[in-house]
Amino acid sequence: MTDSLAISKFSELANPTRFLALAARILPWMAAATVILFAIGLYLSFTTEGDYQQGATVRIMYVHVPAAWLSMMCYTVMAVSAIGTLVWRHPLADVSHKAAAPLGAAFTLIALATGSLWGRPMWGTWWVWDARLTSVFVLFLMYLGLIALNRAMDDPSRAARVSAVLILVGFVNIPIIKFSVDWWNTLHQPASVIRMGGPTIDQEFLWPLLIMAIAFTVLFFTLHTMAMRNEIWRRRVAAQRRMAARMAGREA
Amino acid sequence: MTALLLRDLKLSVRAGGGALIGVLFFMTVVAVIPFGVGPDLNLLSRIGPAIVWIGALLSALLGLDRLFQTEREDGSLDLLLMQEHPLVLTVLVKCLAHWLGNGLPLVIASPLLGLFMNMDEVAIGATMLTLLVGTPALTFIGAVGAAVAVALPRGGLLVSILVLPLAIPVLIFGVSASYAAVEDPAPFMPPFLILVAITMFFAVLGPLGAALALRNAGD
Repeated sequence: MTDSLAISKFSELANPTRFLALAARILPWMAAATVILFAIGLYLSFTTEGDYQQGATVRIMYVHVPAAWLSMMCYTVMAVSAIGTLVWRHPLADVSHKAAAPLGAAFTLIALATGSLWGRPMWGTWWVWDARLTSVFVLFLMYLGLIALNRAMDDPSRAARVSAVLILVGFVNIPIIKFSVDWWNTLHQPASVIRMGGPTIDQEFLWPLLIMAIAFTVLFFTLHTMAMRNEIWRRRVAAQRRMAARMAGREA
Repeated sequence: MTALLLRDLKLSVRAGGGALIGVLFFMTVVAVIPFGVGPDLNLLSRIGPAIVWIGALLSALLGLDRLFQTEREDGSLDLLLMQEHPLVLTVLVKCLAHWLGNGLPLVIASPLLGLFMNMDEVAIGATMLTLLVGTPALTFIGAVGAAVAVALPRGGLLVSILVLPLAIPVLIFGVSASYAAVEDPAPFMPPFLILVAITMFFAVLGPLGAALALRNAGD
């Protein structure tokens, strides 16, 4: 019963006006939650003690790790939306994975840039071609390729379906990123938070990290909802412009 | 299906086909490298397998945008979409024909280029073997990109951008297997078998994705 209710609620959102109303209702709350969580997270990350070896540079972790998680989660969200596009032809799914691609590219860029800044004092180099770094860089290139593909096509619904296929094919990269540190001997350290047998990271660092991760996740969903809303508005404006042009042609 | 294979092969080999241009491009890319890094034979023999692999990768990408585009231009793509055979099989056969026309000549030309690069016999043999196993994967991955960009007027460059990130694992394992054959401590079989696995994996995923994209890219 609850299942069918959830499905009917979900398909109701196919009407863009309903989605816009929902977005207008929840966006202020999400934005407020983002600000509060970032305030707590940043306060904690700057007040907790530095690592005895790494000193203050350990604080880069509080930005780097959540951004890297988000870069993978964003692609997963896009893959789920791609399935929504191809299987259910849900119009919101088209908008969703188109809006998520630039966000994913931004989070991946943040993860790469902060990782590079962290790697300089810790590893003595800006960049190494090890498996984790390379696969994340490939993820970044795939985001840019998807943005380019979306821009190259005029018809939004066809662009959405075609890029959905590409998103699903590119999804093979996500497990490679996740397990690259286990499969190959990398300079990048193996997973220390989400692993069998509990996190190996110290409590001192775990709390700010978790709060920053939640803050980044809420930030992503806020931005994603905003981007989807903007995309719907953009399509409406384009449709109205076309209609206005047609009317003008008729009057002349 | 056999008829389709033969038809595609004939089209790619006869006048106007891109098969020989791919090989020419391959030779040109490899021939340019010594001008860039200098004619030091020791250095060339060390980087030789990698250069041959990169050249093959680039020239495999070169012909990809024509995989479905000519069919679309003369309308036969719609016939292929409407026929009773499963579209996945049709795409698979088209990929095979494309590989026979464009990929296999690259493999055959690679020993000659290996000689230019001052590689020894074992390295040449290993590079040729890895190319033989690895280039079909490039075609299968490229089929997805070609199908996605089939409706675009200038899809060629976009296909390369979309396909290259996915082709990186093929390059990594192809090159590492070639090197493992020459250098003693690293075993040859593990990277080679992973390369075989990648090819077989994309032999399934590539035609599936390409068929899905072709169905959706129709006007």
